[in-house]
Amino acid sequence: MDALTSKPLRGEPHASEGSALPRARPITVIEARPGWRVFDFREAFAYRELLYVLAARDLKVRYKQTALGAAWALLQPLTMMIVLSIVFGRLAGIPSDGAPYPVFALAGLLPWTFFANVAPAAANSLVASSNIITKVYFPRILIPLSTAGAPLVDFAISALLLVAVLAWSHIGFCWSQLAAPFFVFGIMIAALGVGVLLSALTVAYRDFRYVVPFLMQFWMFASPVAYPVGLVPQEWRWLYYLNPMAGMIDGFRHALIGSAPDVWGVALSGVSALAIFGAGVAYFARVERRFADIV
Amino acid sequence: MKMTRRGGTAIRAEGVSKRYRIGSPARSYRTLREALTQAAAAPFARLRGRAPAPEDDATFWALRDVSFEIAEGEVVGVVGRNGAGKSTLLKILSRITDPTEGRVTLAGRVASLLEVGTGFHSELTGRENIFLNGSILGMRRADIAKRFDAIVDFAEIERFIDTPVKHYSSGMYVRLAFAVAAHLEPDILVVDEVLAVGDARFQQKCLGKIDEVSRGGRRTVLLVSHNLAAVKSLATSGLVFDRGRLVLQGGVDEAIAAYSRLQQAGANGEADRDWGAGAHTRIRSVEMIGPDGPTRIYLPGTPLRLRILLDTDGTPGLSVDVFLNNALRSRIALWSMHHFDAMSLPTEPGSYELTIDAAPIFLASGSYCIDVGTAVTMVNWDHQVYEAIEFETPFSNVGGGSWDFKQTFGFGFVALPSATPPTLVKLGKRAE
Repeated sequence: MDALTSKPLRGEPHASEGSALPRARPITVIEARPGWRVFDFREAFAYRELLYVLAARDLKVRYKQTALGAAWALLQPLTMMIVLSIVFGRLAGIPSDGAPYPVFALAGLLPWTFFANVAPAAANSLVASSNIITKVYFPRILIPLSTAGAPLVDFAISALLLVAVLAWSHIGFCWSQLAAPFFVFGIMIAALGVGVLLSALTVAYRDFRYVVPFLMQFWMFASPVAYPVGLVPQEWRWLYYLNPMAGMIDGFRHALIGSAPDVWGVALSGVSALAIFGAGVAYFARVERRFADIV
Repeated sequence: MKMTRRGGTAIRAEGVSKRYRIGSPARSYRTLREALTQAAAAPFARLRGRAPAPEDDATFWALRDVSFEIAEGEVVGVVGRNGAGKSTLLKILSRITDPTEGRVTLAGRVASLLEVGTGFHSELTGRENIFLNGSILGMRRADIAKRFDAIVDFAEIERFIDTPVKHYSSGMYVRLAFAVAAHLEPDILVVDEVLAVGDARFQQKCLGKIDEVSRGGRRTVLLVSHNLAAVKSLATSGLVFDRGRLVLQGGVDEAIAAYSRLQQAGANGEADRDWGAGAHTRIRSVEMIGPDGPTRIYLPGTPLRLRILLDTDGTPGLSVDVFLNNALRSRIALWSMHHFDAMSLPTEPGSYELTIDAAPIFLASGSYCIDVGTAVTMVNWDHQVYEAIEFETPFSNVGGGSWDFKQTFGFGFVALPSATPPTLVKLGKRAE
């Protein structure tokens, strides 16, 4: 200590004249803390601006140098809606809960597309950001969480298409439509939960890169995107609704059309979404200190 | 004059150690299969009383039992040879990685600058990147907005602020990146080797900025640099590391002297670091050979000789590549056993001494380092050693004049001397 301070400190006089009041200096302790730990929500919240900045970056980069820009957010669901309406609505004659099939299809496609854009992007986000992770500290969870921003904007744009299709099908405003954002939020929680969990796993085991596309395909068939929940046998519904996307898509769709979904099913899916999110964050908090060493 | 000693300790490290698994970076993550086999085998191993020992061949200590205290307002130069543990220490202090043992206590907000331009996105404009980079480094948007003009001014890129940075020259890129970092106002600033960038004039400006930052006497600065002149002019004290241990804490002159002694010892081939091994090969040591034996000095225009000791298990098709890196750690030249000499390592297992005698090149003056890698040719890397040796080209004057061609000028890294004198033939009168 004395050896250090024996040399006069550079600029000492400046400091004593300085008008700045001594600020409270936060104390940080860095040590190895292996095992499970409580996720530091307070710290993540303190960095919330970075979350917006990262999301804004993704959004800006997304449509730079594309000729059609945000129109892609309309074109993709529109073409998918047409294809689904022809294949499932006309050819296969799948029932559509009493709504016109295009409305039914689009009301399933949009939430699914949102989910399928967020979860894989979040899953791959940490590995893709390895250069930042190894150079700067900030709560790592912001990286997967921020991937929801751009798809959310895409979803909002494509929701315009949904409004147009609803109007075209003579489905007017009803109060239940106000519940739709709640289901979008539920989908975001589920997608981020899966994404956060997979992102941490992908850092440790690159195998998950190959698992994710397969998982998404499988998941789409396990969700009521192209077919109604009614096709699932009654005795298996409880299992079906453990898939958070089942209740969320079904709820979203019914909210738009103005009919009632299976309340217990939706509740089960909601709990399942929260559970997945909780598990994802808990696992993330357990392993995040190792990321920089292994990514 | 009232000497108000704030007397606070900014950084306290107590018994800090860090252990890494070795192998090339690409192998440090596990595959699921490895983890599953390990998990399956672990109970049996435990039954037989052979629980996998935490300290085995596949790990090494990058830092071992390091303790020190740094008072508030101090500017500390951290010096040591490659692999001494400096970067690991900075990574722990900037919270990027946790120590395996021990603890660090920091008083105040820390900002670390381990690489300029972290998080820059090439598609975004200079303006957008200032906000992105600033946020990643921990600044608030309002603070960035307040300092925006100062940042742009410092970087000297006013005209290009709304141009995507992918169109920037490397000099502009580095200037912008440093300008953002220079306007961070943390209590503790941790800087790793970022002064080696930009042209000489901009380097001076950066040094001036760091000096200014520390001048208040409230900011604590920790800087790692191979630029001893910079360390000497900025730092008030020094920490010297060697092979993961703190060997000296003291005044800056004392620290530089100790570091120079270590470097000398290293050049004499006394220090052999353990670089680990690949699946089939193991690179043991790399030396540069001058007219009088091992050296760390390369004179432009002389043959570039390297002596590499390595082991092979005799797998056919193994070969060696050598990369020459500039001070910014960009690869600027390649020597390839397979592609240039159509050779492979012998198929008889054993230890070999490989001597490479490359044609003379006219390197610009400055520091360089060499990466050596073995590979299953055209399939995958086997054992890669980054920054196996560092060397210095003290002076570069192709024509024999007094002008020193420095790599920091941004004019390139290799001089192109004329093979025969250039010719000029008059074709006619200049058109009016």
